[in-house]
Amino acid sequence: MDPQDVDLSVPFGPLTLPNPLTTAAGCAGYGRELARFVPLDELGSVTTKTIMLGPRSGLPAPRMAETPSGMLNAVGLQGSGVDHLIGSELPWLAERGARVLVSIAGERVEDFAELARRLAGQPAVIGLELNICGPTSAGRGLLFAGNPATSYDVVRAVRKAVGAALPVYAKLSPDVTSITEIAAACVKAGADGLSMINTTLGAAIDLDTLRPALAGGTGGLSGPAIRPIAVRCVYQVHAAMLAGRIPAAPILGMGGIASGRDALEFALAGASGLAVGTALFHDPTAPLRILDELRTELAARGFSSYADVVGLAHSRGRTRPERTP
Amino acid sequence: MANPVVTRAEVLEVAPEGAYHRLVLRAPEAAPRVRPGHFATLALGETSALLLRRAFAVLRADPAAGTLELVVAERGAGTRELVRTPVGATLSLIAPLGTPFPLPDGPVTALLVADGHGSAPLFALAERILERGGQVGFLLGAADAPGLYGVDRARALTRDVLVVTEDGSAGLAGHVTGPLAQAIEAIDADVVHACGPEPMLAAVTAAAAGHGLRCWTAVQTPMACGTGICMTCVLPVVGADGVSRFVRTCTEGPVFDGGRVRWADIGTVPDDLAGAAGMGGQL
Repeated sequence: MDPQDVDLSVPFGPLTLPNPLTTAAGCAGYGRELARFVPLDELGSVTTKTIMLGPRSGLPAPRMAETPSGMLNAVGLQGSGVDHLIGSELPWLAERGARVLVSIAGERVEDFAELARRLAGQPAVIGLELNICGPTSAGRGLLFAGNPATSYDVVRAVRKAVGAALPVYAKLSPDVTSITEIAAACVKAGADGLSMINTTLGAAIDLDTLRPALAGGTGGLSGPAIRPIAVRCVYQVHAAMLAGRIPAAPILGMGGIASGRDALEFALAGASGLAVGTALFHDPTAPLRILDELRTELAARGFSSYADVVGLAHSRGRTRPERTP
Repeated sequence: MANPVVTRAEVLEVAPEGAYHRLVLRAPEAAPRVRPGHFATLALGETSALLLRRAFAVLRADPAAGTLELVVAERGAGTRELVRTPVGATLSLIAPLGTPFPLPDGPVTALLVADGHGSAPLFALAERILERGGQVGFLLGAADAPGLYGVDRARALTRDVLVVTEDGSAGLAGHVTGPLAQAIEAIDADVVHACGPEPMLAAVTAAAAGHGLRCWTAVQTPMACGTGICMTCVLPVVGADGVSRFVRTCTEGPVFDGGRVRWADIGTVPDDLAGAAGMGGQL
């Protein structure tokens, strides 16, 4: 099969997106810098950096530490607030034909609902992603995703605020005892889909200063280092959906995706959408390369569409092809 | 924002120079677009566990030859791997990145101050200033003699070169801030440009201000992406509107008016920083 004939389109709420790829929140700003490297309308969607109601300075530097096959960050949700997003960034994204998933966060349940009301119907917005698990602020008030009840409350409030028209995804933290329990609470509260995973909490110590490498002390670990954790989370939640323990809902998979092979792995585990994050720091042109590689990997296995492989790892699979010596 | 070039650049030369290595790369599309103060990033091999690109000021861009030259200091496993790249191999290069030094419209007399290989972007800047009929002086410092970079390059451009090392193994003993006032007065400088670690840039900015001079500073803040998307390389900087914000050194910088950088507040969130109140007591 010719890789160019592989159909990568995926449904997203009422829409059909040209491909399953988006940017992970916080890894592409509001799109302006990435647009110098990748035409934003060639991505399935663009997920914008988490926005809160008001401006937020974020944490002081150092905000970053490189770790094996990954990095730690403690940016602290620096952002200019929702008014700036609506006034300046969304119109710019709409002009470029970008389809935008807006990542939102609040300190209180009501903040999420207020943000959702403000963003529904804005140009380019095709959905909301609820950042209920900012790990750099773990234990300091923003971690709703650690608890099924608080996760439920946030999703419920947003669902009520925007009605059924706008897809709402809940972004889950892997730093929980049972991710399927949190996932169940979110879907039962009305989430249209689940984004998983956010970064996992880590730390590094600077051997010169003898202090934490990050000014924030701890930070979120991302990159290929967390890929097996992310694949596990997607696999577990998709399995729970197949077993009827969670109502079925699409999963937006992310965590160390850097190649078409990585993308295929997430799809097989059960991800109907894919987000590229830390790989953008290494190579801002990665999304288009990953899409090309994904088409090649699918074609090489005889699949004509992405939708055909979503969750396939939960079926019988196939015999490993024989190799001619 | 002009679009930076993303390319595989052939390594034409890896030349040891003092404690550093000078990398010459073939980058014909990027070279004509580089201005003094721009930087470039290099990625390590595809199988490396080190994912983040390394950022380097451009020493020299030669549009005719289609080459870029970078100065690499071996600081860890990543830079060690880069300087061992065999000639003929290719590296993933993105350039030009960042906001370069502002160039004067007419003749100015500029003092150029650097610590170690912070001097790398200053030689091309000096050439531009000289082309415009101006004059330059160099004040180059380092911990020791091998840590100096480009003293010969500076001497090829001007007779006004002062060298200072902490251990006194070359030039005067001490820090660049010691002979700074003398260096400013010796050439009757109109402006100062500096590149090096933050405490040095803070001190040079203050000394320049003491002489009523503006100091353009090129910072060397660690960055994860170099392209403006990761938000990790920020410094507190006072904007043209008088409001202080965390701004990215990879896009708004690496060159800043030193008088606008809140050097003393680096590593903190000052109360009057835009969005500080939004942190909700999380600091």
